[in-house]
Amino acid sequence: MSLLRIRNLSVEFATASGRFRAVDGVDQDVDEGEILAIVGESGSGKSVSMLAVMGLLPWTATVTADEVSFDGQDLLAMDAAARRKMIGKDLAMIFQEPMSSLNPCFTVGWQIREALRIHLGMGRRERQARAIELFEQVGIPDPEKRLGAFPHQLSGGMNQRVMIAMAIACKPKLLIADEPTTALDVTIQAQILDLLTALRDETGMGLVLITHDMGVVAETAERVSVQYAGQKIEEQRVGPLFRTPHHPYTAALLDALPERATEKHLPTIPGVVPGQFDRPEGCLFSPRCKFADAKCKAQVPPALGPDLGRARCFYPLNTDERVAS
Amino acid sequence: MLNYVLARLLTFIPTFIGVTLVSFSFIRALPGDPIQVMAGERGISEERYAELAAQFGYDRPIYVQYWDYLTGVLQGDLGVSFVTKRPVWDEFFSLFPATLELSICAMIFAVALGLPAGVIAAVNRGKFFDRALMSTALVGYSMPIFWWALLLIIVFSGNLQWTPVSGRIGLQYYFPDPTGFMLIDSLASGQKGAFLSAVRHLILPTIVLGTIPLAVIARQTRSAMLEVLGEDYIRTARAKGLTPARINGIHALRNALIPVVTVIGLSVGTLLAGAILTETIFSWPGIGKWMVDSIFRRDYPVVQGGLLLVAVLVMVVNLIVDMLYGLINPKIRKR
Ligand SMILES: Nc1ncnc2c1ncn2[C@@H]1O[C@H](COP(=O)(O)OP(=O)(O)O)[C@@H](O)[C@H]1O
Ligand code: SF4
Ligand SMILES: [Mg+2]
Repeated sequence: MSLLRIRNLSVEFATASGRFRAVDGVDQDVDEGEILAIVGESGSGKSVSMLAVMGLLPWTATVTADEVSFDGQDLLAMDAAARRKMIGKDLAMIFQEPMSSLNPCFTVGWQIREALRIHLGMGRRERQARAIELFEQVGIPDPEKRLGAFPHQLSGGMNQRVMIAMAIACKPKLLIADEPTTALDVTIQAQILDLLTALRDETGMGLVLITHDMGVVAETAERVSVQYAGQKIEEQRVGPLFRTPHHPYTAALLDALPERATEKHLPTIPGVVPGQFDRPEGCLFSPRCKFADAKCKAQVPPALGPDLGRARCFYPLNTDERVAS
Repeated sequence: MLNYVLARLLTFIPTFIGVTLVSFSFIRALPGDPIQVMAGERGISEERYAELAAQFGYDRPIYVQYWDYLTGVLQGDLGVSFVTKRPVWDEFFSLFPATLELSICAMIFAVALGLPAGVIAAVNRGKFFDRALMSTALVGYSMPIFWWALLLIIVFSGNLQWTPVSGRIGLQYYFPDPTGFMLIDSLASGQKGAFLSAVRHLILPTIVLGTIPLAVIARQTRSAMLEVLGEDYIRTARAKGLTPARINGIHALRNALIPVVTVIGLSVGTLLAGAILTETIFSWPGIGKWMVDSIFRRDYPVVQGGLLLVAVLVMVVNLIVDMLYGLINPKIRKR
């Protein structure tokens, strides 16, 4: 049975100009020790869907789902107090902006020891020892000294390591990393991704990696879920996804990878992800899809079978006939 | 840090000179002078007036008088009260503890109620408690102190007979006052009931003086909290599974304190201004009442000296507040 199981998850925001569906009927499974990447352009509802799992959405959000369960427990039926016992302990999350995600008023050591005290009830000495151990584990040199630093005294990469140390402090079963490298330099990006993979290998935790960057997916993920405008539009293991994408959107994302560019200019997908006011009828991708026809613009494509990556498309790519032809 | 403090002290100089000018001219701008006031209804002969004016130096040109005053001040000489013949400096320090005690109590009252109220209002933004609290704060902020004091006196001293109306302690108590703080001295005296009497005398003046700072602090805390609650690190705190009490009371409040400490610092000026009225209403023997009485007596040295000392006090408090920022939020220390 999967560690995290989501069925038909939707999130609607009440905004000044009406209701807006940011996540629309998403299914997701993450197994123990697995790395799932959720990929898609900005505004696709990647963050919102995982924040819904964590219970971190603001009160303007309405979450509905047929099932959201973690480690055999039903998250939908859980009250706030029970959820607090679990998040930050068995289910942890890190965010895009390491600099602003840590509290500027407290030392990073204080912030880590806090998690250890709240969830594990460790004593003072034990907490300090564990904090040092965690800093060593995430590759922060001179841990004793760094524990006394304030976030503004550390670099972005260091702060993201602190965030990771804090997230894994209570040995979670699943870590959700929301664009953990987007705000960092390229060289640091690779280091952080390597660290996350290494920690997964070491601890056997599951890892959900949210990213808009297919390059990050290629480097890190085992299974990939592609999200567009709040919907999951394709899902495959990473190898087949890169070789034979079925949804035109996935194919377009892959074409935009620098190493795949055949011309001088990088092909980009024209247009933007539809928001609250420009949600099209029919296929959500149809305004930007080069294969779109009248049917695409009129009818909503259903999800196809698992052999076609559950792609939501009338004309999937790389089906057997097309590959053959 | 030392450089910063020195730079700030330098900016004190023009302010200081400005204050001496204002305090010097303010009291002279009022009609009547000390000699006329001393003479009272009986009046005074022309010759005697000229004699006294020469004795006090009022016959000399005004700029000479100011220069004398300024050089005196710079040598630490604030002059001698016309009325009591005691040095202004001594009078100030014998009365100051009463004002300080009242101000501290008013500030504690304002902070102790204003901080939690602001936090709770922010957390329950837009709900009933928030609206009720913010409207109350608006009323408290705009209520005339005098009217508010009378209302409290009528209800609590008049109708309910819970609290006394004037003074710092019941007349039956008498004991030495080494610190000048009635709460401490009454405890130290060991006299039965003395401390309780001091507390009961403090209650109404504290509420009256603390009401405006309370309203200001509650509103500032609320708006600072609202800003902080949207920050990324608050989401991190929630992702750690912390309780709302811990998130709001520790993670958010610590960051929201900077603007709150600022208004607390600024309130010190308001507080001393409010003390003048409050002390007069409650016959509280502090520097506020002292200065009002002196204005009526045209006691020039006392009014000049008192205003100056109060202004210096406000400046020093603001400097201390500035230095507190760095303690609360280490990021600010970097600048
Ligand atoms: N608190 C909110 N209120 C209203 N709309 C929101 C809120 N948070 C996110 N959204 C909207 O939901 C959509 C999905 O956002 P998000 O999940 O952050 O996208 P992604 O992480 O894929 O870039 C966006 O259109 C965004 O504007
Ligand atoms: S359904 Fe049509 S518009 Fe939508 S992705 Fe498939 S081909 Fe393109
Ligand atoms: Mg996002």
